[in-house]
Amino acid sequence: MTARALEENGIATVVIGSAIDIVTHCGVPRYLHNDIPLGNPLGHPYESDQHLDCVTRALMMVRDESEPTVKKSHLKWHNGEAWRDNYMRVDDSNREKLKMMGEENRRRRREMIDNGEKRI
Amino acid sequence: MSDSVPVEYMQRTRAFYNAQGFSKSYQWASNDRIPFHVLSKPLGECSVTFVTTAVPDGSIPKLSRSAQSIPMSDIPEVFRTDELSWDKEATHTRDTGSFIPLQSLEELVKNKLIGHLAERFHFVPTEYSQNNTLTKDAPQIVTACHEDEVDIAILVPL
Repeated sequence: MTARALEENGIATVVIGSAIDIVTHCGVPRYLHNDIPLGNPLGHPYESDQHLDCVTRALMMVRDESEPTVKKSHLKWHNGEAWRDNYMRVDDSNREKLKMMGEENRRRRREMIDNGEKRI
Repeated sequence: MSDSVPVEYMQRTRAFYNAQGFSKSYQWASNDRIPFHVLSKPLGECSVTFVTTAVPDGSIPKLSRSAQSIPMSDIPEVFRTDELSWDKEATHTRDTGSFIPLQSLEELVKNKLIGHLAERFHFVPTEYSQNNTLTKDAPQIVTACHEDEVDIAILVPL
């Protein structure tokens, strides 16, 4: 939504991320997708050449594209593919734990509100 | 699951929070029309900034956070990321270079691929309320970018 607002106001943007379904659902002008776990949109931690390459590719999209574009990089996660199934997994092994997490999350949120936390 | 099939985060997130007892599913923003601004000058003359969802000032309570525009020279060494949704089992955020493009952009200025860094970078909170992002945070960042005469913004949501 921020990218869209910037673009509507004359500033070219490019989003770099790892959640292609969410970004394309929203609809952004330029999106560079790294198909790796959420948390390191620019590449593996401590791989500065990878980060530089990623930012360079994103800027090339800003320079070269003349219509909304999605590009996918060739990055592969170094520790295999298990993360794809593990992230936010819900099955019989964690159903009870998740229910308790939800109760704790709601309690903490009520506490934040009771403490006067709110958007200004 | 095939490694060529991207994770369906919307479906996964709905199931995850549903299992936690949250009855109302989050509705992600959806748009038919995509705004597009064609760059009007060479990259080598452009002023570039970035927008992150990583929290630069963790002392501000979560629900009270709003957009911030911070001088590049005051960038914190550590961003708060623990309250954001990312894959804490598969990876970590100890290397800010993996989600903050400052070092890469400095390199690209040195190599003359881009003109220069803008005066400030920007934080946008991940908000449950799309209305807050649309009517408060995004316009604030647009104003700051205009003040800084930004040509290009790179958005790096965690």
